[in-house]
Amino acid sequence: MKDLLFQTLSKKNRLLILGVGLFLVLVYFIPIWAISISAPQYPEGLGMQIWINQITGATPYDLKNINLLNHYIGMKEIISESIPELLFMPYVLAYLIIGAFITELVPKVGMAILGIINLVIVGLVGLFDFWRWEYNYGHNLNPDAPIIIEGMAYQPPLLGCKVMLNITACSYPSYGGMILASSLVLLVYIVWDEKRRKKSNVV
Amino acid sequence: MLKKSNIIVVTLGIALFAFLPNCKKGAATATLASDAASRVYVAPGEKDEVYAFLSGGFSGQMSVYGIPSARLFKIIPVFSVFPENGYGFDEETKDMLKTTHGYVPWDDSHHVEASMTDGKQDGRWMFLNANNTPRLARIDLKSFETKEILEIPNTAGNHASPFATENTEYLMAATRFSVPVPQSNVSIDSFSKGGFKGTVTMVKVDKNTGRLSIELQVLVPGFDYDLSHCGKKKSHDWCFFSSYNSEQAHKMLEVGASKKDKDFILAFNWVRAKECKDQGKTYNFGGEYVNNFKEENKPAVSTKLSGVKMLNPKDCPGMMYYMPTPKSPHGTDVDSTGEYIVGGGKLASVIPVHSFSKMIEVKDKKEHHSTEIEGIPVLKYESTLAGEVQKPCLGPLHTEFDGQGYAYTSCFVSSEVVKWKLGTWEVVQHLPAYYSVGHLSIVGGSSTEPYGKYLIAMNKITKDRYLPVGMELPQSAQLYDISSGKAELLSDFPTVGEPHYSQMIPAKLIMDKTAKLFPLEENKHPYATKSENDARIVKLGNTTHIYMTAIRSHFKPDIIEARTGETLYFHVTNLEQDYDIPHGFAIGGAPNMTNLLIMPGETRTFKWVALKPGIYPFYCTDFCSALHQEMQQYIRVSP
Ligand SMILES: [Cu+2]
Repeated sequence: MKDLLFQTLSKKNRLLILGVGLFLVLVYFIPIWAISISAPQYPEGLGMQIWINQITGATPYDLKNINLLNHYIGMKEIISESIPELLFMPYVLAYLIIGAFITELVPKVGMAILGIINLVIVGLVGLFDFWRWEYNYGHNLNPDAPIIIEGMAYQPPLLGCKVMLNITACSYPSYGGMILASSLVLLVYIVWDEKRRKKSNVV
Repeated sequence: MLKKSNIIVVTLGIALFAFLPNCKKGAATATLASDAASRVYVAPGEKDEVYAFLSGGFSGQMSVYGIPSARLFKIIPVFSVFPENGYGFDEETKDMLKTTHGYVPWDDSHHVEASMTDGKQDGRWMFLNANNTPRLARIDLKSFETKEILEIPNTAGNHASPFATENTEYLMAATRFSVPVPQSNVSIDSFSKGGFKGTVTMVKVDKNTGRLSIELQVLVPGFDYDLSHCGKKKSHDWCFFSSYNSEQAHKMLEVGASKKDKDFILAFNWVRAKECKDQGKTYNFGGEYVNNFKEENKPAVSTKLSGVKMLNPKDCPGMMYYMPTPKSPHGTDVDSTGEYIVGGGKLASVIPVHSFSKMIEVKDKKEHHSTEIEGIPVLKYESTLAGEVQKPCLGPLHTEFDGQGYAYTSCFVSSEVVKWKLGTWEVVQHLPAYYSVGHLSIVGGSSTEPYGKYLIAMNKITKDRYLPVGMELPQSAQLYDISSGKAELLSDFPTVGEPHYSQMIPAKLIMDKTAKLFPLEENKHPYATKSENDARIVKLGNTTHIYMTAIRSHFKPDIIEARTGETLYFHVTNLEQDYDIPHGFAIGGAPNMTNLLIMPGETRTFKWVALKPGIYPFYCTDFCSALHQEMQQYIRVSP
């Protein structure tokens, strides 16, 4: 195990790590997660996108319209400023990217494993935080809201689709999320590949 | 059904049957193809293939239908007030109806013209004439709203209008009723002595903005100029105007204006006219007129203008020629190639067709002139004639073209549409019309590239076609499929007002370009309120400006205090940025003002005078959300 940790990455795998680092830079420019909403009155749908540092509508007016609909059930207004996580998420991503570049200087398998651990932690904490965020929005409703339905909460699904009153909300990773997931897969592949290489070296 | 239509025909006199050797009468041929219903059926949620823009006749509006379903989508207010959305009432649009005669909230609109680029419909604007108080309007097809109205001076009865040149360089507008120009109190007898005049007006259309302006007017002999169409391709430089009453009768025109065997189609070279203007051959002439322009999401600006450049035909040789045309021509239509000019001699027994190339060939050869009227050479009938459609029908009026070498002519008296072939002048089909058809329209039929699939006939009478609804029955349009060799009647549908003419445009040219909302950040209305935080009440002496916002489902401010005698301006901005979410605004018992319908991101103003102490509710009139009924508040008026 220790041997593996300190094993120098192959040239190919170093390039792949560099690729992962550059790949991750893209996450600054595309949304990570997307929630789409459809209802009979919204045949064209409404959408919300979560970026590394902001929340936007799928069109310039969608977020405004989602908030307009939400005000009936007393949900707080969704605005980027109300989500402090968005303030430090860019730094977390920067940390991951820098990690990839440092690996180029210290090309050890252990660094790739560290990358996997980092990504998994970021992913799990991120998902938990997202769930918590959804929970708070869906449950902390204004008691003076025009529409109050006993026992009804409006927490969107973490992953998948859910029907809430007349609205179907679907939540899926967007391109940025897919990049994060594929980065993880790539890193796992690199470690697996290094392990296989080590074995063949031994033989 | 069969019986009644036979009665109608019989009442026209049996002698007239002689003109119709091949024509089966009336409803007898109304065998609907069994699949016609499925061909006009547009399944729920599906879209129509074509937009039809119909003039509103004496309603002064324009209506928008889907074809083939014939569903009415919208009425666009143009020349008449419209209580549904406050057009002509509110502070933003009331100036649209200003004229030199003051505020004129009604008109009679006959002809719809589509903007064109290179002779093809471009889906940018529609133009509409006002016949009664001569005006011309531009409707923007991005918002389906009237953006501009231009009054035409020195004219009466703006009927031959607004017909566009091939690239919409100009719109033509000509006098239906000749009058003294300039207006004066003269004996009506002097009409017969040449005391009355007509004018042809060239209205310039700005290529990019669509803004309208008068380029020049041509003073023409005092006939009644009825309709127009402009040339295409080789005849690009020319527009053609039909005329009647070349007799210059001034009483009992029914008889007096129907004496001569031939009246005229006036061929007008507008490129030459512009040339003469540039050479300084025009002179300054009076004439007050008004231009009303409504910039997007701003109050209309009404500008008084005065004077035009006037041109006399004798000062500009080569500009105008008269082509004799039997008998009291109504329509004058140019085919898609630009070669044939078809006259609709409403009392003639033939459909005369002039050849543009022949006209060009003979126009300046003296031996082909019969005479000259006030500087305009009269060409000999035979010299420009391409052919005549013999005994086509009774009362041919208007002709449109399918781009496949066929022409369709509406016939008012025999109540039918005849299909005939250009070049051979043979009638190939008679299509009954129910009843008394005026204009007809083919999709793109007046452009160089007809889309050709559908034809509608616009009928004046609908006796026995629909359930009776009192004495005034609806007018109707009749839809035919003309895509195959034999045209087939698909359906008929009642229409708003009396549609005179229409332009039909393939839906794909327009549907994706229409605006969904006014972006709030671009709202430049002087009284806009872009956020609820800015909603406020500003008192200036006895006038109060209420900067109000509307959003689902409340107004802000919601309680208004006023004193008797105070004038209140409610400047309501709809804060929504969602497609199809307008809010309405009405105040109980408000005199002189109906309703506002405010589009998302738009600001409109409701003027209200607090006359009597009391509590006055105001509310949203457009069902905007589940809490629409709660979108109501109060004005308190104290002594
Ligand atoms: Cu409302």
